[in-house]
Amino acid sequence: MSATNLLHIQHLSKIFHSAKGDVKALHNIQLDIREGEFVTVIGPSGCGKSTLLKIIAGLDVDYNGTVSLGGRTVEGPGIDKGFIFQEPRLFPWLTVERNIAADLSLRKPEVRKKVDELIELVRLKGFEKSYPRELSGGMAQRVAIARALLRNPKVLLLDEPFGALDAFTRAHMQEVLLDIWERNRTTMIFVTHDIDEAVFLANRIIVLKPRPGAIQNVIRVDLTFPRKKSSTAFQQLRYKVLGEFDKIEELELVGGAGI
Amino acid sequence: MSKPLELLGQPDRKAQNEKRWAISAKWRARLSSFAIGAILPVSLLAIWQLAGDLGLIDTFFLPTPSMIFAAFGDLFASGDLTYHLGVSLGRAAVGFAIGGSIGLLLGLVVGFSRYGEYVLDPSVQLFRMVPHLAIAPLIILWFGFGEVSKILIIAKGAFFPLYINTFLGIRNVDNKLFDVARVMSFSRWKQIFLLVIPASLPQMFLGLRLSLALSWLGLVVAELIGSQAGIGFLMTIAKQNSIMEIIFVGVILFAVVGKLIDSFVRLLERRFLQWQDSYKG
Repeated sequence: MSATNLLHIQHLSKIFHSAKGDVKALHNIQLDIREGEFVTVIGPSGCGKSTLLKIIAGLDVDYNGTVSLGGRTVEGPGIDKGFIFQEPRLFPWLTVERNIAADLSLRKPEVRKKVDELIELVRLKGFEKSYPRELSGGMAQRVAIARALLRNPKVLLLDEPFGALDAFTRAHMQEVLLDIWERNRTTMIFVTHDIDEAVFLANRIIVLKPRPGAIQNVIRVDLTFPRKKSSTAFQQLRYKVLGEFDKIEELELVGGAGI
Repeated sequence: MSKPLELLGQPDRKAQNEKRWAISAKWRARLSSFAIGAILPVSLLAIWQLAGDLGLIDTFFLPTPSMIFAAFGDLFASGDLTYHLGVSLGRAAVGFAIGGSIGLLLGLVVGFSRYGEYVLDPSVQLFRMVPHLAIAPLIILWFGFGEVSKILIIAKGAFFPLYINTFLGIRNVDNKLFDVARVMSFSRWKQIFLLVIPASLPQMFLGLRLSLALSWLGLVVAELIGSQAGIGFLMTIAKQNSIMEIIFVGVILFAVVGKLIDSFVRLLERRFLQWQDSYKG
C-alpha cells in the first residue's frame, strides 16, 4: 500500500483526575493509520478504547502527547472526524432525511442529491419521511452513519456502534458497513469488544490491555473480502486475538489486579 | 385458512373494501370516544332537569338546564353575551400576551445562562408565591379599577407556567444530543435553533397550555374585583339581582371557552409534536 499516513498518534497518555486519586487511562500510545484503512480496536473493559476514540474525535482534549489528522493537530471536534456513538442519537423531531441533512438545507440541490445517494447506500429507501421512533435499532444506526458520511469525513470513528443490536442485525450491519467502506474508502476506526466483529471488518486489529490502557499487540488481517466467519483462516486469526487476551489475563493475575 | 383462489380472483375489490372500512372505522372510533366522554355529563344533565321538573329541588337556587339555556338564549339575542364575552376574551388575550411573552423570554434567558439563573430565578420564585388576591389591593391602589389592573393580574398568572416550563424544558435537553451537535460543529446559534428549541418544545407547549388556563382563571379574579364589562361583570350584576340563571351561564361560559382554548393548543401540539414517542394509554 502506498497510501499516505492519515492519523498520527505519538506518546499519547491520558490521566483521569478524580477525588479518589488519579487514574492512568492511556499510557504512551503510538499509532499510525493510513488513509483508507479499516482499523478495529479491541480490548477488555477499562482498557481505554473509548477514551482513545474520543481523543481522536477531539471530544476530549485533556491529554499528553500529539494527535494529528492529515498533518494538523486535533484541537476539537469537527466534521472531518465523523463519530458514531453506541446509540444512534438521532434528533427525534426530524424525519430520516432531515436527520441526515441536520444543519444543511434539503432545498439545496447538491445536499438533496447527496442525501438521496446516502439513503440508497445505507439501504433506507422508502423510509426518508419516517421519524426515528418508527425505525428499528439497526435502521436508526444506519441513519447515524449516513449523517456522518454526508459531511465527507476524513475518518469515521465508531464507538461500539453495533453493541446494542441482536446477532443477526449486527451481522447485517457489518456487511452494510463493509459495503460502504469498499465504495467510499473512508478510513474507519472501529472500537468493539466482539472478537468476530474485529476480525471480520479489519485490515488491522489493535489489541489494548487495561490498567493503564496501552497497546498489547497489532495484528494484521490479510484475508480477502468477503470473509467467511466459518473459514479456517478466519478461525486462526480469531485464536490469535484470543491468545493476546490470554496474555493480558496472565499479566493481570501476576500484577494482582484481578478481574 | 387458505383462500388463495378467491384472493387471486378479486384483488382490487378487496383492497378497496379494506380502504373504505379503514376510513369508517376511524370515524367510528372518533365518534365512540366522543360518546364515552359524553355519557357522564349528559346523564347528569338529565337527572338535574328531571329533579327540577318534579319539584325535588328549588329552581330558584338551582335552575334547571332548560331555564339556564333560556337565559343564555335571551342574553345572546340581546347581543349582551357577544359583547361581554368579547371584552373578557380581549382582556385575557392581552394579559396572556404580556405575561406569557415575558415568561417565555425570561425562561429562555434563565434556561440558557447559568448566570441568568443565579440572578433571576430566586426573585422570580419569591414573586411566584404571592397569591393574586394578596397583590390585587396593591395593583388597584396603584392603577385604579381600569383595564391596566385587570391586565396586570392576568399577566401575572400567565407569566409563571411559561417561565418555569421553558426553563426546565431547556435544562432537560439530552446531553448526548449536545455531543452530536459538537461532532457536527454546530455554531452556538444552530445549537439553539436546531437542538435546544425543538427538544424543549414539548415542555414549552405544556407551559403554554397552563399559562392560557391561568390567564383565563385570572380573568375571573380581575373581573369580579370590579369592572364595567365582561363575563365577570355580568355575573356580579346577576349576583346583586339574584338571577341564578345568569350566574350559571357565566360559570358554564368560563368552563366551555376555557376548554375550547385548551383544545386549540392541544391541536397545535399534535401538529408540531407528532414525532413524540410516548405512552398513549
